[in-house]
Amino acid sequence: MAATRSTRKAKGASRLGTILSHAVLIAISIVALYPIYYMVITAFKNRQEYLSSQFLPPLHPTLQNLREAIAQGDLLHWMLNSVIVTAVSVLAATAAAVLAAYALARMQFPGRDTILSGIVSLMVVPPVVLVVPLFLLMVHVGLINTLPSVIVVYVGLTIPLSVYLLTNFFQALPYEIEEAARIDGCSPLGVLWRIVLPLSAPALLTSIVVNAFWVWNELLIALVFLQSNESRTLVAGLTLFQGQFQVNEPLVMTGALIATIPMLLLYLFGARFFIRGLVAGSGK
Amino acid sequence: MTPASTSEKGPAVRRRERPKRSRLRNAPWTPYLYLLPAAAFIALVFIYPLIEVVRTSLQVPAATGGTSFGFTNYEFMLTDPAFRQAVLHNLILLLSVPIMTVLALLFSLLLWEQMRGWKWYRAFIFTPYILAIPVVGLTFIYLYSADGIVNTALEALGLGFLTRDWLGDPRLVLPSIMSVIIYRELGFGTILFLARMMSIPTELLDAAKTEGANWFQVHRYVTIPQMRSVIEFFVVVEVITMFSWVFAYVYTMTKGGPGFSSMILEFYIWQNAFEFQSPGIASAVAVVLMVAISGLIFLQVRVRRDESGGDAEH
Repeated sequence: MAATRSTRKAKGASRLGTILSHAVLIAISIVALYPIYYMVITAFKNRQEYLSSQFLPPLHPTLQNLREAIAQGDLLHWMLNSVIVTAVSVLAATAAAVLAAYALARMQFPGRDTILSGIVSLMVVPPVVLVVPLFLLMVHVGLINTLPSVIVVYVGLTIPLSVYLLTNFFQALPYEIEEAARIDGCSPLGVLWRIVLPLSAPALLTSIVVNAFWVWNELLIALVFLQSNESRTLVAGLTLFQGQFQVNEPLVMTGALIATIPMLLLYLFGARFFIRGLVAGSGK
Repeated sequence: MTPASTSEKGPAVRRRERPKRSRLRNAPWTPYLYLLPAAAFIALVFIYPLIEVVRTSLQVPAATGGTSFGFTNYEFMLTDPAFRQAVLHNLILLLSVPIMTVLALLFSLLLWEQMRGWKWYRAFIFTPYILAIPVVGLTFIYLYSADGIVNTALEALGLGFLTRDWLGDPRLVLPSIMSVIIYRELGFGTILFLARMMSIPTELLDAAKTEGANWFQVHRYVTIPQMRSVIEFFVVVEVITMFSWVFAYVYTMTKGGPGFSSMILEFYIWQNAFEFQSPGIASAVAVVLMVAISGLIFLQVRVRRDESGGDAEH
């Protein structure tokens, strides 16, 4: 990933080819962006204006939908739930994964390689396979319709990827500093906390950003475990919102926009880390 | 992502010295203590449900009250037309994998030329992937509706005879959903391929160019062969996606309908468990899905091991 650039000159594409490339890329960019554009313009139109045109930006932009969405639905409440669920599960998963990854990367013990490949292979288990027993369990312990139910499940589901990313990263760190610290009498936990973690900011951020996207956007588990109106997450609530206000396109698109803005912000801040996390999976 | 140089010489040195050190400094159970929190979550969220789902799938309400064990749930599953439809539709969804792969390759090759503005194009193409699937689904309900943009655009182009009820027509609903999946997943493939291309040395390409190979030949015979492992990775991830990560699309856009025409395995499991209150049937299908995915992974690892070494998963 590092040794990039300078491929440009080498290929010296013809002028016609360049124009053609631009044409294709512009076309696909329009397709990629149109639904987002549609969401944004629709959110600021009243219904009359929406019916008269779905293409043009609003001539008379209105905040009415925003007010209505906040008043009628429980969007703000759902958003708060989503923030809590995402923050707590991502932090807990990262903490557990850091400890596990450190052991897997730096300590020698029987079964280490088996444990690592076992954890990594869990990434392919479809959540829908797990959801029925977990639901029965959560009913049994009375956690249905509470945020801890989904938090526990999200932590578990995001640990394998985090362990994978962090183990790879820790293994690539130079061992000499840790070694010196150990010789000076620092405990393993002290080494992890004072030396390894400060050096691991990129890997930690990658793991946090990728998991935050995943948790915020997750539907199935939120839908199954959080069935009361007060406990819903934003994305799950949104599907309900759509059922209620189907014929009010501007209102539904306002809800969709509200659910998207936090992730757009996270993307603007963490695009680098997000992409690194996605690419890291492909190995080598 | 890790710099190859460090990781190559690192482990060899470490492996020689570490056992001595760890025996000196760490109690034998120290590593397991570090693994404990993660292991606890994994046990609760993966191991327990995987065992339970098998047990539940074999559980049958007995005539005398209570439960007995047997294959009734599996028998029901095999005779249920909705299940067969679901399997068929998941298989049809697989068609989007080659389409996505080819398109993602094309776009990443174009971006790789790094013409003016390529970073903007890259950002635009990637944007759909950061949207929540339900958000994408809700938006496309409107875009595909009777007076939505797709039909309006067709009419404006004088192709009014092509307008359809894209999500309401049983024959079109699956391709329509597929198009939405491709819309969102394409950015992932493009970014993935582009990242790999950036690390391909250009000497061979230059040589091929000097020999007079055209754009298509250069990439067909020089670039793509070097991308083999990343393409394979993408295909595997997307095949798994088509079997086990499309619930949110179907749930938000069609709920499996009209009729069973967009029924898929995940939705079938969800519906049986939570709408029809039959956890046994849902679990039987879940077991079948899990076995199918494991089989696919096993095959892929076998194929991969025959070619080279390396790790595969997501």
